[in-house]
Amino acid sequence: MVQYEIARLDASFGALSDATRRGVLEQLGRADASITDLAEKFHMTLTGMKKHVGVLEQAGLVTTEKVGRVRTCKLGPRRLENETAWIERYRQLWDARFDELDKVVEEPKRKEKVNGRKN
Amino acid sequence: MDARTESEPTAMKNRTTAERKSEREFVVTRTINGPARLVFEAWTKAELLAKWWVPKSFGLSLISCEVDARVGGKYRLVFKHGASEPMAFFGSYLEVKPHSRLSWTNEEGGEGGHVSTVTFEEKAGKTLVVLQELYPTKEALDAAVASGEIGQGGMSETFDQLDELLATLGASVRRS
Repeated sequence: MVQYEIARLDASFGALSDATRRGVLEQLGRADASITDLAEKFHMTLTGMKKHVGVLEQAGLVTTEKVGRVRTCKLGPRRLENETAWIERYRQLWDARFDELDKVVEEPKRKEKVNGRKN
Repeated sequence: MDARTESEPTAMKNRTTAERKSEREFVVTRTINGPARLVFEAWTKAELLAKWWVPKSFGLSLISCEVDARVGGKYRLVFKHGASEPMAFFGSYLEVKPHSRLSWTNEEGGEGGHVSTVTFEEKAGKTLVVLQELYPTKEALDAAVASGEIGQGGMSETFDQLDELLATLGASVRRS
């Protein structure tokens, strides 16, 4: 279970580490698109774009569906969330950051009170 | 609007709020227990920023952190998780007013990135921090929401999963 979660996380990070793939996600956030559309948009070969979409699909960030000869890409189920949930996630990130910031600010404050330095 | 959330107030820490203020902007607030001068330094000195920008609890490692907090100066943060490819976040400073205001671009997503502005307001030794993320258009912010991206919080979904994972591991690996 934990192994699976870690594998999934690595897949997400791997998928998001590439600028083109982040661009594809942003694009699909606006509208669904075929692999051909995406390849044109990002000035890539079909094969190259298929590879990127494959990585995103593996990470669960994108799903694809073949209708006739066209493969359409859309954001995966893990991306379809409401705004409130998104804001809450973002708030949690900043909450954790600010907790750490509090600690960073506490340090020199204490030093100043003691009025001395250790190195 | 229900698009606002707040953390549980506790005796130890202050509340962090996050809210979509308008079609194009998103605002986060928090009071930090220290003077504005120290908070400003923590945002503008690389060695201090590196201590808090990537929260330890998320299990990420910061590979490098470069900050040149002058108008026109650049910043670049690179971090990674496990064996994954490192991710870089970068941009340049638009405004730098010591102890009160900072503004920077977010350029890792190409053109049309959002602009972040943070203000520091000191009261009785504590500092109210207000961070505004301003997107070029309503569509840009909507797209960010739809794709789960939001600048350097772009991995927050992944952060969240990590959080869940840590919670799962929780009791057995608890650190003090």
